[in-house]
Amino acid sequence: MKVTIVDYNSGNISSVINSFKEVAKDKVNIEVTSDLNRIESSDKVVLPGQGSFKSCVDALNNISGLVETLNEFAINNKKPLLGICVGLQMFADVGYEETETKGLGWIPGKVSKIDNQNGKYKLPHIGWNQINILKDSKIFKDIENNSHMYFVHSYEFVPEDKNVISAMTDYSSKIVCSVEKENIFGTQFHPEKSDKTGLKIIDNFINL
Amino acid sequence: MLKNRIIPCLDVNNGRVVKGINFVDLQDAGDPVEQARIYSDGGADEICFLDITASNENRDTIYDVVESTSKQCFVPLTVGGGVRSVEDINKLLNCGADKVSINTAAVKNPEVVVESSKKFGSQCIVVAIDAKKNSDKWEIFTHGGRNNSGLDALEFAKKMEDCGAGELLLTSMDKDGTQSGYDIQLINKISSSVNIPVIASGGVGTLDHLADGINSGASAVLAASIFHYGKYSISDCKKYLEMKNIPVRI
Repeated sequence: MKVTIVDYNSGNISSVINSFKEVAKDKVNIEVTSDLNRIESSDKVVLPGQGSFKSCVDALNNISGLVETLNEFAINNKKPLLGICVGLQMFADVGYEETETKGLGWIPGKVSKIDNQNGKYKLPHIGWNQINILKDSKIFKDIENNSHMYFVHSYEFVPEDKNVISAMTDYSSKIVCSVEKENIFGTQFHPEKSDKTGLKIIDNFINL
Repeated sequence: MLKNRIIPCLDVNNGRVVKGINFVDLQDAGDPVEQARIYSDGGADEICFLDITASNENRDTIYDVVESTSKQCFVPLTVGGGVRSVEDINKLLNCGADKVSINTAAVKNPEVVVESSKKFGSQCIVVAIDAKKNSDKWEIFTHGGRNNSGLDALEFAKKMEDCGAGELLLTSMDKDGTQSGYDIQLINKISSSVNIPVIASGGVGTLDHLADGINSGASAVLAASIFHYGKYSISDCKKYLEMKNIPVRI
């Protein structure tokens, strides 16, 4: 089996690579590439993302044919894809960080700034927070409800269809922190930085 | 609910830990990779490396240390010390650091903070503020505390937030190394004036000090000596804070 981490200049992906390699050991081939053919021939794809919504979308669009390849992979061929942080946010139709920017449009909804109640709460939302698991997502197999995950973000994904939400976390308001729609998975938190519990989520995705 | 973080900090010189953890059966007490692992296994919420290597020719050793650590530690890793440029930040991130802390360069050239937070995202840019009290205000020092910039810490903190810093690592130079507790006034003043998280640093000697730091408005507490000399474990700290009704990840 081959799992591909898409390297599209979306910021620092070393930790994502390290964690997937740690979990995969020698059993699964982890590849890091932006090569369209190699992505297409993968069994699973990981879409990381750091920085702003706009910078990540721009970086995706800068690689000619990448968005089409991801569409083919996840939407037409329905193969498993995991978006992490801004990687998840890009599933939305539109994001409002820096300026209004069109997303991939895979899960109807928008990405907007977390309401910090007029400065009552610090932003970014940085640190360990508990996840409230709302549905039996395959990537949460053997993950206890209220487990701690590591977050760092100032924007949140607000999907139109609440049924796609697989977990929420409680900060200044309730924030969507995990989604699942058929073969598409996303986490707002960083499983690659969430210690053993995070690695278990990665393991679950690899073993889908 | 978001938990308050406990961050052990390791001083690294030429690729070796200067102040080590006092583990009897640890053969190589000076290996930063091994020590970072012990901390993360013990429940540290993040790990911080401060590179205090003075000579330029030995600087590359920190990259190797970060690279090896990030392959074994799956909690966030912050690296600071001697970070001068956007290129330095890029190199550290590529080696596996999750955040980079900038001190002197941020004072000398705030553009570095603007540019790097745009390029890599605010989430990985920590501005380290070394402040010393001078009558009724605090002044910023650079070059590892040797040079007084004359800048007002409060104004500088706000400016760094505007420049795109994701967090502030606030060290009181009056308190650092004294084990007499954080500079509560300083933490309170800065954290109530900015909207980004503040990490309190400098002066921890007892578990009560950690609680004071959080109660003064810090989102995270950083400490070195109390862990290195085996006085307290991360778990001791967390149990104590929990008893004081301060939310922590256990």
